[in-house]
Amino acid sequence: MAQQPSPRAGLIDMGDTTTFFRDTRHEPHRRATAEAPWVRRLLITGALSFLGIFLGMPLVSVFAEGLKKGLGFNFHTFLDPQTLSAIKLTFIVAGISVPLNCVFGVAAAWAITKFDFRGKNLLITLIDLPFSVSPVIAGLIYVLLFGAPGPFGTWLSDHNLKIIFAVPGIVLATTFVTFPFVARELIPLMQAQGRTEEEAARVLGASGWQTFWRVTLPNIKWGLLYGVILCNARAMGEFGAVSVVSSHIRGETITIPLQIEILYNDYNTAGAFALASLLAFLGLVTLVLKTWIERKKAAALRAAEMDLIT
Amino acid sequence: MASKNFRVLPGFRLTLGYTLLYLSLIVLIPLAGVFVKTSTLSWEQFWHIVTAPRALASYRLSFGASFLAALVNVFFGIMVAWVLVRYEFFGKKIVDALVDIPFALPTAVAGITLTALYVPNGWIGQLLAPMGVQVAFTQLGVFIALTFIGLPFIVRTVQPVLEDFDPEIEEAAASLGANRWQTFRRVILPMLFPAMLTGFSLAFARALGEYGSVIFIAGNMPGKTEITPLLIATKLDQFDYAGATALAVVMLVGSFAILLTVNLLQWRSSRHLARV
Repeated sequence: MAQQPSPRAGLIDMGDTTTFFRDTRHEPHRRATAEAPWVRRLLITGALSFLGIFLGMPLVSVFAEGLKKGLGFNFHTFLDPQTLSAIKLTFIVAGISVPLNCVFGVAAAWAITKFDFRGKNLLITLIDLPFSVSPVIAGLIYVLLFGAPGPFGTWLSDHNLKIIFAVPGIVLATTFVTFPFVARELIPLMQAQGRTEEEAARVLGASGWQTFWRVTLPNIKWGLLYGVILCNARAMGEFGAVSVVSSHIRGETITIPLQIEILYNDYNTAGAFALASLLAFLGLVTLVLKTWIERKKAAALRAAEMDLIT
Repeated sequence: MASKNFRVLPGFRLTLGYTLLYLSLIVLIPLAGVFVKTSTLSWEQFWHIVTAPRALASYRLSFGASFLAALVNVFFGIMVAWVLVRYEFFGKKIVDALVDIPFALPTAVAGITLTALYVPNGWIGQLLAPMGVQVAFTQLGVFIALTFIGLPFIVRTVQPVLEDFDPEIEEAAASLGANRWQTFRRVILPMLFPAMLTGFSLAFARALGEYGSVIFIAGNMPGKTEITPLLIATKLDQFDYAGATALAVVMLVGSFAILLTVNLLQWRSSRHLARV
């Protein structure tokens, strides 16, 4: 964090000798490691203008467009049966994907941070893999696996089961794109916290589960919540992967982002923005929660570091 | 049990086993399917698909616009991170939180919003229209959308490095007679380089695969404003699974190559820093 430099910090008071060179007594003194005020102003203006145009304008615009026709219109849009079923499906999908990735994240972080084994770094890299795969490819891989020409295609159609172009496919694709969120949040946190507390609990006679519930979970709860919130935001907002595996049947395999696209392509721009402002609002709530939890998490991490020192 | 293998904490087999199983089922096996499916094509067929003029044009746009957007983001991302870490100004905490908007705003929402802003009668579009600049439904629109989604990657990787920066290094530079610009260019920038590179590669990789925020603003004209992910989706819509898969392989290999190159560069530069 930048501190305000005290005007004469680091300068030896040379009394009147400075006037021998130049009378600087009335000029504000600047630390040698601080920029000139005009540079500072220029940088702040530059950064804020860039953020204003590239991030601020879209944010303001989505709400301006979304509320143009009034809140009544928005509720009318939300209560449309097709939109309502899109909202319901979005919650169902997030409600399955997020807990799945949450359990996985905790298990992976436990294995990686509490034990030493070969290939650990490779495992961490593989867990991050879904972040470098295009959402469209994330959808494609499940189409290849479960689609009609795929290895399970005939078996699935014989048993009248549908994965692709149905809800299970949407859940799978969403799970893929949100896969790393919880794990990558917990791994560094649990690495910093070490193993000593759990080991102490075990030595004192706690069972494995007791150790986890009473010692580990309270330590990681903020990190876990942080990962879950990011995971949920992405799960509810995912578009590309879901679009590939959805059959685009209105009212059936449509999530909120897909419904936005449908309304937009139907030239119902007002309806699309009404729904978009709902998702943008969810995004803002996510940001607020995230900022709040970040503070809690930083405090937990500091506590862990203090424990290491003492 | 041999004492060497004795572990105080339980659950190693359970958690590692579950991790590997879940990772394989959700990620590894389905991804491997892409390569298995491609192997059913002959080399000529594969080459014919991935070098078709329409595909080549889409790579040029996807790789080119992603590269430029990531480059612009490196410049402004460092500026934003610098201002957030070093200076005090009104509303700084809010600005800091707002940097994450591209992460929080679903891509489809970003897509239609950016389009509404940049169409000729939109808020920004109407300012650019008199100058003859059209953004929406051109390659410039693709670049704008990719810049939007990439910014937080650079800021969030550079910011912590700047926060942990040891002030003594800059003081040493200043006391040796370097002015502020020299200190920045010769001392600070080289130390930021690994973080910059990480941020750049993350933004680049994300932009390459980006779909939702681009397709609304791009106009999607084959050969002109069609990005590779859209071409893959289009082929899938036409049930051309082999074609879609071949293009997916090109994209996957491309983005893995980028991440690998950057990791190698970073490894070299951190070794270099450690030697200094």
